[in-house]
Amino acid sequence: MPPSSEAAEGQGLLPVVPFLHIPDDGDPYLEGSRCKKCGAVFLGARDGCSSCGARGEIETIRLSNSGELYVYSIVHRSFPGIEVPYVSAIVDLEGGGTVKGNLINIDPDPEKISMGMPVELVYEKAPRKDAEGNEYLTYYFQPRS
Amino acid sequence: MSDVYVIGIDMIKFGRFPETSVPKLGATAANMALDDAGLTIQDMQALYSGNLGQAAAMVGQRVLAEIGQTGIPVVNCANACATGATAFREGWMAVKAGIYDTVLCVGTEQMGKGLLGGAGVKKGIPTEGLLGSGTMPAVFAEAGMEHSRKYGTTFEQFAKVSVKNHHHSTLNPKAMYQIETPLDTVMGAEMIAYPNTKLMCSVNVDGAAAAVICSEEKARELGKMDRAVKVRASVMTSDPFQERNLQMPDVNTCTQLAARQAYEMAGVGPEDIDLVELHDCFATAEILHYGNLGLGKPEDAGRMIDEGETALGGRIPVNVSGGLLSKGHPLGATGIANIYEVTTHLRGEAGKRQVEGARLGLTHVIGLGSACGIHILERPD
Repeated sequence: MPPSSEAAEGQGLLPVVPFLHIPDDGDPYLEGSRCKKCGAVFLGARDGCSSCGARGEIETIRLSNSGELYVYSIVHRSFPGIEVPYVSAIVDLEGGGTVKGNLINIDPDPEKISMGMPVELVYEKAPRKDAEGNEYLTYYFQPRS
Repeated sequence: MSDVYVIGIDMIKFGRFPETSVPKLGATAANMALDDAGLTIQDMQALYSGNLGQAAAMVGQRVLAEIGQTGIPVVNCANACATGATAFREGWMAVKAGIYDTVLCVGTEQMGKGLLGGAGVKKGIPTEGLLGSGTMPAVFAEAGMEHSRKYGTTFEQFAKVSVKNHHHSTLNPKAMYQIETPLDTVMGAEMIAYPNTKLMCSVNVDGAAAAVICSEEKARELGKMDRAVKVRASVMTSDPFQERNLQMPDVNTCTQLAARQAYEMAGVGPEDIDLVELHDCFATAEILHYGNLGLGKPEDAGRMIDEGETALGGRIPVNVSGGLLSKGHPLGATGIANIYEVTTHLRGEAGKRQVEGARLGLTHVIGLGSACGIHILERPD
């Protein structure tokens, strides 16, 4: 199977956060952890469980690209150089895991955004480079039909 | 174990004092609290110092360098916005345990202007505005939107918190601002992070507050009982695990937990409390804490602000000082300044903003990350 356009775009880019996994072949995805003892799901890698305190019971999982908008804020003032407005969203993923990110492809207007709406993760090249000129792959949320 | 009393307490008027220093601000408040107690630094057996911005710089010792280096132990505390309450509680614990009978607690802070949170990154690219927002107005906006989602709380109801607290501050000469902000002004102010406008964000100010606390035996020996305010409860919690709280700091559960423990320690219920100073770092936050502190049902919080239940003269006045929204929020000083406000009412010395007949008052702070500190105080006999 040929790599998808997202995966092709992911190649050669650095992940914006450690829990964004860019496989050598295949689509990028968010990596999480699940506690085998209590079932708690976390974003990213962990050694122990902060829910039940279990040690050495953590398994690595692939988080879903689909979820539901839990809450949001429309940010009109941020730090210098950060383009506003944007929608800061907290999303509960299907199967567990909660992620924060920008919600795009929607008007930054409370009338247009509804808490509980279905959303999906999309992966794109970030519009910023680091000091050495490296480019990054980031993720966004967008409305899911 | 002995009961513990506040026998001296004061705060400087909050404002912007770039020409002075963190220790000098703390020293000013410390001397004011000592004067209020009628004692000197030589009477203090330990100092508990709260400051966040210079957490690694021995602020407590530098306060003593301003007011008297008597060789007493100094503990420097940093616990985000719960820093001042932490310093106070450390002092309370030492007296409660009988280690000391008289100690000084100081909270002091100098703040820059502008946004807090979402600090820069050492490697990689900044994620602010890419992966949502880490700015405090947005974080507390999202916390408020959770209340909206569950209970239908509106932008207007959140804004009314700011109208109320700014009104209260017109009666408080120690507040940063004494200005009325009508509802249309609050709602029409620059939107920072929906639903928090600029007037719904606490003010970054410089400030300091200090308290002298002692055992009951000492208060009686010194003849201070007529103005001594009893600490009926001192509680601190951190945030228990919640599935969302790595991405969305949880200020609710740690407050609910601390409130339960505080009411139990004091042997009272929320219905017995006459005034509350709670952590209104943003207007959205105040609404959450009505339910968290048991002042009403969570679903009634919007109605409570609509009907003026939490205004001065209402059923349970909240933030009659003007709150962090208008009195100002110098992080390390806030937790002791709240105790100053409640103590002043319990002593019947709050002037135009006095909550008449106040017998019990509650103070609450949240340090994001999270730490919750609650104190319940009782008026002198």
